[in-house]
Amino acid sequence: MNSREISDRLSGLPLKWNSFGYDKFGISKRDLSRFFSLSHIFYEHYFRVETIGIEHVPEHGRGMIVGNHSGGWALDGWMTLASCFFAKNPPRLAHGMAEKFMGKAPFVSALTHKVGQITGLPENARALLEDERLLMVFPEGARGTAKLFDQRHSLVRFGTGFLRLALENKTPIIPFAFLGGGEAIPTVANLVKLGKFIGVPYIPITKYLLPVPKPVQLKIVYGKPMHFDGNGTEDDATVERWVGEVQAKIASLLEVAKQ
Amino acid sequence: MKILVTGNASPIGKRFVEILLGRGHVVIGLDRRGFWHSEKFPEDKFKHYQCDVRKRAAEDVFRKEKPKGVIHLATVSHLQHLKERGQRMNLGVTQKIVEFSHRYGVKTLAFVGRHTFYGAEPDSPLYHKEIEPPSMSSGLPALSDLVAADLYAGSALWRYPKIATSVLRICYTLGESKSGTLASFLKGPKVPTFLGYDPLFQIIHEEDAMNAVATAVEKNLRGVYNVAGPPPSPLSVVIRETGRERVTLPKALMGIAMGTFGLSKLPRGAWDHIRFPVLIDDSEFKKATGFEYKFDEAMILNQFKKS
Repeated sequence: MNSREISDRLSGLPLKWNSFGYDKFGISKRDLSRFFSLSHIFYEHYFRVETIGIEHVPEHGRGMIVGNHSGGWALDGWMTLASCFFAKNPPRLAHGMAEKFMGKAPFVSALTHKVGQITGLPENARALLEDERLLMVFPEGARGTAKLFDQRHSLVRFGTGFLRLALENKTPIIPFAFLGGGEAIPTVANLVKLGKFIGVPYIPITKYLLPVPKPVQLKIVYGKPMHFDGNGTEDDATVERWVGEVQAKIASLLEVAKQ
Repeated sequence: MKILVTGNASPIGKRFVEILLGRGHVVIGLDRRGFWHSEKFPEDKFKHYQCDVRKRAAEDVFRKEKPKGVIHLATVSHLQHLKERGQRMNLGVTQKIVEFSHRYGVKTLAFVGRHTFYGAEPDSPLYHKEIEPPSMSSGLPALSDLVAADLYAGSALWRYPKIATSVLRICYTLGESKSGTLASFLKGPKVPTFLGYDPLFQIIHEEDAMNAVATAVEKNLRGVYNVAGPPPSPLSVVIRETGRERVTLPKALMGIAMGTFGLSKLPRGAWDHIRFPVLIDDSEFKKATGFEYKFDEAMILNQFKKS
């Protein structure tokens, strides 16, 4: 895909740019173009990502794509963003909920904001949904990216905040499974103390030391939207049951992805 | 309506008088400074009283003129310029204004506050809503005073329910007056920024801000509201589009460099305001008043550059 085609896809995003090419959340059209130009190389050629079921992601309006973490750092989020942009017609920009430490870090905070990845706070998520955007959520949180190689196909405990948010904002949940991140970044250990020292949750270590991803084929499988009837004030047991349904759906999509 | 405006002798206050007169109001000005071009306005439409709001003479103005509306514009906002003596000034003046408004039958009162009330913090929501508490982290006396004044003005809503009080938290303003916090920061040819940070800045043209305040008074607005203009732009764009040069420095050098080599200066407690964004959600104000800004981001920055 050449820069003109990427530019055409950018024009297809339902975003309102101001005179200087920024949207209300600080997304920069120019930086987004550079980001997706780079992402295309990795999505199409390096990882040869196979995307299945992208038709389940709504063409417009609010939505929440919810998936499993796979890989020692945010490779999964990056390629999921790319799938919504390159495989979906018209394209959609998914907004990841960045870890709080990223908001403080110099360079990182400025760059992530300019491509639509905003600090993961309920208020920010609510503002994006009220603006009819697509949220990308990994309910396993940092526990999920910390999975070691032999745990790569497992799911760890899901947080429940995403489901209450979806209920509150009448937002469909589109489950997805991400497969291959664990093979691309085969984590053998996580250096927690060193990570905390430099302001991140941990540093993943592979058997070749650095967490540089290998050119392994990745697979993303989207499932049908899930709707839950509620308003976010339900008791914990009810919400946990529904979170369990989402988790089970993602587990079943992972099995589909493995085939 | 007969409207009393405090702080009307400031550059922005003078323009505000013109706008209120243009909207058909009778304006009473109250300021410690003289109003040097009062001869331009008809005497039956405009009067200026030179006195300190905290002095007895100010109460006489309320007693004599009996304004129906009050716009409290006189909060000190220049972070760069606020000296020791002014550190509790905003609260003291606001207490007097609220008290006089209650005593002399004012029907509607607008307190012109600042969006910096919410503070600039890395882990706060990108867009602040009115229900959020003030920032407690800055430790800057100037901001603490503005926060105290804002909260006191808001307390008039339950303390004196007969007065339609509106507390308007307005984002940074720019305009021909070249006054205000952001204008002072952009005063020099070179503007310092922190290496690795480029926060979003929300700016409203000062005329739009004044029309928003006038609208609040005319509609007897009651409550706390955020007031903003066009969508935000990064600080780097604001600097570039106003024809200034951006000088990016690591935090370790900022203290030494600020205020020298033609760079503007900010007190250390305000540094986070050029590292992290302070954006406000103004949807409630728009819903309550139907207000729409006229100047977009390009017009605002271009006009400031030319002025």
